[in-house]
Amino acid sequence: MAAQYDKLMQLAKVIRSKNSGPFELTFDVIFDDREVYQRVKNSGVITNELIGRLYGVPPGDIIAFMFFEPALAFKFTLRRGWAQGSVGERDTFGAQQQAPLLDIAIPRH
Amino acid sequence: MKDQIKILTPIGMLGYGIPEADFWRGIDAGADAIVVDAGSTDPGPYQLGLGKMIVSPAALERDLRLCLAGCQKTRIPLLIGSAGGPGINAHVDQTIAMIGRIANEQGWKPKVGAIYSDIDPALVRQRFDQGRIEPCASAPALAAADINESVHIVAQMGYEPILKLLREHLDIDVVVAGRAYDPAPFAAFCLLHGFEDPGIYWHIGKIMECGANCAEPKGRVILGTVRHGSFELEPMNPEERCSTLSVAAHTLYEKTRPDLLAGPGGVLDLNGARYEQLDERRVRVSGSTFRPTPNYQVKLEGAGIVGYRSIFIGGVRDPILVGQIDGFLQRVKARVSAAHPELKSGQAQLHFHVYGRNGVMGDMEPNPNFVPQEVGVLGEATAATQELAHAICSNTRIGVLHMPYAGQMATAGNFAIPLNPPENDIGPVCRFTLYHLMEVDSPLELFKSRVVEV
Repeated sequence: MAAQYDKLMQLAKVIRSKNSGPFELTFDVIFDDREVYQRVKNSGVITNELIGRLYGVPPGDIIAFMFFEPALAFKFTLRRGWAQGSVGERDTFGAQQQAPLLDIAIPRH
Repeated sequence: MKDQIKILTPIGMLGYGIPEADFWRGIDAGADAIVVDAGSTDPGPYQLGLGKMIVSPAALERDLRLCLAGCQKTRIPLLIGSAGGPGINAHVDQTIAMIGRIANEQGWKPKVGAIYSDIDPALVRQRFDQGRIEPCASAPALAAADINESVHIVAQMGYEPILKLLREHLDIDVVVAGRAYDPAPFAAFCLLHGFEDPGIYWHIGKIMECGANCAEPKGRVILGTVRHGSFELEPMNPEERCSTLSVAAHTLYEKTRPDLLAGPGGVLDLNGARYEQLDERRVRVSGSTFRPTPNYQVKLEGAGIVGYRSIFIGGVRDPILVGQIDGFLQRVKARVSAAHPELKSGQAQLHFHVYGRNGVMGDMEPNPNFVPQEVGVLGEATAATQELAHAICSNTRIGVLHMPYAGQMATAGNFAIPLNPPENDIGPVCRFTLYHLMEVDSPLELFKSRVVEV
């Protein structure tokens, strides 16, 4: 079983999160190999449903989700569920919300 | 008319530290201007709410000193956007005063243009009543209270006020702009020299406002060459390179989406962008287009104070308590709420950040049942006065330290506290009150300017 999949962290060069303005969190996954990028894209694993499940957010809170060929990347943006830098803040820069992406399993051909 | 201009950006944020050798390499390569951004909302609302600068005065002075030396050496202008961070009027004036002091030491009296972007709340109220304000991105709908509670309101200027100042004062040495759309000073300088394709000047501004962030490895100083129909990027550290992928990837950074970038007056569309590797370290970019919006809108940013905060921090190592920490903290909260009705009515707030469990991801944590060896607890009480916040914080800390729990064996105390005093008042807490788009009658309407010799 394990041998038939690769984790996203083994395939990507960059997996990161950050604020996009005070009211959104955005996630970038960047590859450095066109074949690997295509493999992840064509796997059909990365979907709105997966993002919603990993982050426990309803589909309406996914503002954008797209593959971006010029940078061999995919990106999604979530509505920030809490006020940036205010009462109860836990990640002012939104820079440590990426961990659930690292273990996404991408099937081998 | 020139057939090309060169813009040097020494750093993505004025005050973050400019590497000198790379800076002078850019000056000596024939830079026609130094353009640098000083602003961001990313550190949170406290800057705007409390009028704080993003960097220390010493850090700002060090970078300004180098930029001014570069200007003076080859007589090129320095353009600064979003002075101080939030770009309030006071930060424009403080930056100009520092420029004057540094220049005067060299026996130089530069001609400095100031552009202000503080916005009168009365005007915002009027436009709100007229239905001419809407949320930007995912901001909530605006309420009158948001305007009334704002300590500072600024608007992001487009290129127009900067270009007007440059055209009216061709011998200007330095422009210090208040809150500006980050690429706006780049666009203004391109337009001043007849490079009028918005697909070019917005795209280069979007990339260069972050310095050499688009290079590999991520760098600081970058030189951009603008031509008719394309632009080129070259990091000034010889160890760094721009690649077609690294430059294309830059528009992912801190953006909702990488292909459509909204700004004052319209949207930059990168879907037709082409990236060409010129040599090992340089990339040429062309093909982006700009679509004006029917109404010219500027982004308003406002912040206000929501209360005062006191905190305590400590750790739990006893596995009997670590295993039931969530329920235990809920009981502490219930007990403190019984003593402080402000917590029940919502006039005060109490939050626990439980590091080791879900301190970073909160409700978004996909692995909520993990039991660690120890947990760190940050308690955060916010109330209308510092005194009340302190009282709630103290009461909570005592509860965490001494409240009993099931199976308790350690009856002398529950909590390892590193700080003394254990509770600390950390002052006002702010929030973004405005992050909205407002229609303007003209791009120049809101932004007053003046020119001074300092």
